[in-house]
Amino acid sequence: MQWETVIGLEVHTQLTTQSKIFSGASIAFGAEPNTQACAVDLALPGVLPVLNQGAVERAVKFGLAIGAKLNRVNLFARKNYFYPDLPKGYQISQFELPIVEGGALTIQVPSSESGQAESKTVRLTRAHLEEDAGKSLHEDFHGMTGIDLNRAGTPLLEIVSEPDMRSAKEAVAYAKALHNLVTWIGICDGNMQEGSFRVDANVSVRPKGQQEFGTRREIKNLNSFRFLEQAIDYEVRWQIEQIEDGHKIQQATVLFDPDTGETRMMRTKEEAHDYRYFPDPDLLPVRLDDDLIAQMQGELPELPQAKQARYQQDYLLSAYDAGLLTQSLAHANYFEAALKTLNTDDLTVGAKHVANWMNGELASALNKADLSIAQSPISPDSLAGLLKRSADNTLNARLAKEVFAAMWAGEGEADAIIEARGLKQMSDSGEIEKIIDEVLAANQKSVEEFRAGKDKAFNALVGQVMKASRGKANPAQVNELLKKKLAG
Amino acid sequence: MIHANLKQLSALLAENKTSSVELCTEYLDRIAALNPTLNAFITVDRERTLAEARTADARRAQGEAGPLLGVPIAHKDIFCAEGWLTTCGSKMLSNFVSPYDAHIVSQFKAAGMPSLGKTNMDEFAMGSSNETSFFGPVKNPWDLKAVPGGSSGGAAACVAARLAPAATGTDTGGSIRQPAALCNITGLKPTYGVCSRYGMIAFASSLDQAGPMAQSAEDCALLLNAMAGFDRRDSTSLQREQEDYSRDLAQPLKGLKIGLPKEFFGEGLSADTAKAIEAAIAEYKKLGAETVEVSLPNMGLSVPVYYVLAPAEASSNLSRFDGVRYGHRAAEYGDLTDMYEKSRAEGFGAEVKRRILIGTYVLSHGYYDAYYIQAQKLRRLIAQDFIEAFKQCDVILGPTAPTTAFDLGAKNADPVQMYLSDIYTIAVNLAGLPGMSLPCGFGTDGRPIGLQLIGNYFAEAKMLNVAHQYQLATDWHQRKPEGI
Repeated sequence: MQWETVIGLEVHTQLTTQSKIFSGASIAFGAEPNTQACAVDLALPGVLPVLNQGAVERAVKFGLAIGAKLNRVNLFARKNYFYPDLPKGYQISQFELPIVEGGALTIQVPSSESGQAESKTVRLTRAHLEEDAGKSLHEDFHGMTGIDLNRAGTPLLEIVSEPDMRSAKEAVAYAKALHNLVTWIGICDGNMQEGSFRVDANVSVRPKGQQEFGTRREIKNLNSFRFLEQAIDYEVRWQIEQIEDGHKIQQATVLFDPDTGETRMMRTKEEAHDYRYFPDPDLLPVRLDDDLIAQMQGELPELPQAKQARYQQDYLLSAYDAGLLTQSLAHANYFEAALKTLNTDDLTVGAKHVANWMNGELASALNKADLSIAQSPISPDSLAGLLKRSADNTLNARLAKEVFAAMWAGEGEADAIIEARGLKQMSDSGEIEKIIDEVLAANQKSVEEFRAGKDKAFNALVGQVMKASRGKANPAQVNELLKKKLAG
Repeated sequence: MIHANLKQLSALLAENKTSSVELCTEYLDRIAALNPTLNAFITVDRERTLAEARTADARRAQGEAGPLLGVPIAHKDIFCAEGWLTTCGSKMLSNFVSPYDAHIVSQFKAAGMPSLGKTNMDEFAMGSSNETSFFGPVKNPWDLKAVPGGSSGGAAACVAARLAPAATGTDTGGSIRQPAALCNITGLKPTYGVCSRYGMIAFASSLDQAGPMAQSAEDCALLLNAMAGFDRRDSTSLQREQEDYSRDLAQPLKGLKIGLPKEFFGEGLSADTAKAIEAAIAEYKKLGAETVEVSLPNMGLSVPVYYVLAPAEASSNLSRFDGVRYGHRAAEYGDLTDMYEKSRAEGFGAEVKRRILIGTYVLSHGYYDAYYIQAQKLRRLIAQDFIEAFKQCDVILGPTAPTTAFDLGAKNADPVQMYLSDIYTIAVNLAGLPGMSLPCGFGTDGRPIGLQLIGNYFAEAKMLNVAHQYQLATDWHQRKPEGI
């Protein structure tokens, strides 16, 4: 039987406010346990929550960025359950009337047939504000559990998608696009190691062609795109196997173990809590007025999709190139800075040149070193400096790569390296002719072969000339002069 | 001096005829003598009180002169007070020393009022007789066999017995007004949002409101001046201009329209209470007021609505008492669930458990719409009734409680009977209106009777004016219990 995978994602993004969503305590990562938890975070008797306006503003920005409906009146509710790292015994979250409803995100997915990227729209269900819980530390305390409430009350925007994705690859593409968007508009730092962007995946399978969804299982807390893909792939195989073996899938929450690459059950639906949601009487309904919305709209930068379209239109870049250059705000900023410094007469030529280098040499170097574009040892200005020498034929392609490597190694700017290493391309025809004469004299055999009609011999001679010039001769000039000499 | 009211004490201090230290010492001595009988205080800390009194005297010596400076006050044990044991009448918090001051407590500190201690109360303010306190019931100073009312029973008893000239209380369904009535003192519950709830241990957040309890309306006005005001730590606290609640006290009542809801004078009201209220109405007519019959057709629903909404909020508010970070934790337990169950089973009393169970039930999946949502709708209808009534009158008048104080233990077996003792007060909380109780006579059993006034939103000053004029014409509020 042919199976179809259905995936919806719930992503918890930590917002970039200074303080917590309902208290004034700091949310900086990595502090000593319980040093960033005030009376409100500890849920001392009598304390009350006060909503951080910054969290509301960030949620509004997100809603505007995805073309969603903003609920002008939205509500905070209490989600009641007991756990030691949940100090109040309830989480303040939004249930009915979330701040953001609907909206959509366009993603690029590689088509299985053509290998070309195709765009697809993933619909969003809602995004709501809530507070994070603290952390339970089960190791390090023999026979006990340590509770760290630094994280308790950290503002989160939980972004819920419709079950619109049909493969792990699509889920990853969506997660990456979302990650790009929230960091792009500055509402989340996107740091997945520190838990600023956490993904839960709802996964089910159904026979191809069937309308209704299969029973889903929710994979909790995936903190890397790689784990997201592995976990979904495993889960899909497991579910298909179960069904084909005649078992029914039970609605459940599961955890992914990166060590084994498997998912394992946390709890079934029967064990699920009745959270007894009700509107939090300590907080007033949140009202979004026109001024706030207009202000947030004004603060939004040009969004990734708009920028990509503009790159394609203004610079005649391919969708592929433009997509890569807008994969993050840092990429786009890098691109634009390098292009500006390069300052070519024809911007489309310069743009293509920068794009080739960013998506080629620079991307592979960063990838190999496991660095982000923001951490690149070569600044956009420096890269432009190198590209200038390539554009004015000072460097041929091979030499340009050599200079790039030296820049990467920290040897300085392109011009300084060219100078220090004497790498200037040889364009003086007299000098090149002298070398050609020497090479022809020393390789009479090849000359005869060429004259006997063997084209290969010509290439061998070019190679010899290039070698003799230590790679500095302009290859086009070598070709031309050599042809002339041999003809003469 | 001990029998003087707050305003008189304020004058004595202003004229340097006494000091805060002297005053506090007298009250502390009286508390030491009478509290073993009355059980009005859970915590008394002589040294701490005297230290605060010395600070007040020093402030006066430096030229400060607020009307409350140096006059002591007793705080209901629901208010967090830095360095004070703050139990909320529960075993659950019997070891909790607050690291911070409630807004109300810091307001009174700023006004220079030393704290005489923390008063007894029904556990987590759940009760109408003060019998649910982990620290034992409070005795009514008028009759030691009688309850003082609740939940601010300790506060009412200590003002009545002159163990303190003033006290703070909280009122979720009548917890200031009903004990004030049963103990012959004056107590006021402000409009919801007038006093910050920060640091006041929550029972039912949408209903809880702090208020003053004292010998007279005039004293309550002075206290409310210090209590009221916006506090950004409480999102439900209202941002309004500071007002002087004493400003209208002297206004004559000529032409005042008093609304008499027919629902307040029907079945269930005892004959002696009805008679005392009739007499009070006659007194008001003598003062130039007119009466008009009004109707609150949905008032009969207020007790059931309240006993859905208040427990629902309470069940969630009390979840933080889990034995993890503070408060009572069972000595021995197995796993985490066992720790929760044992700690909460041991830490909470029967009435608190009953309400947590009711609240959990009405919020449960499948019951929420039928109970919680329905109750919220009815709550709006009840509030609407008052809005209609206030189109015809300036204040509403009626009894505070259906009977005088009942005997200790009389209603313990029947929670519904107990709940009905708040039948005239609960609707006011559901509507968020201000209300107060003032003494207006005594029953055939010699126990006090309270008159309830209900004002329109933010009409505290008007209500206090109406109460004060009555207290100028009568002396019920000056009567004090004999024999203690």
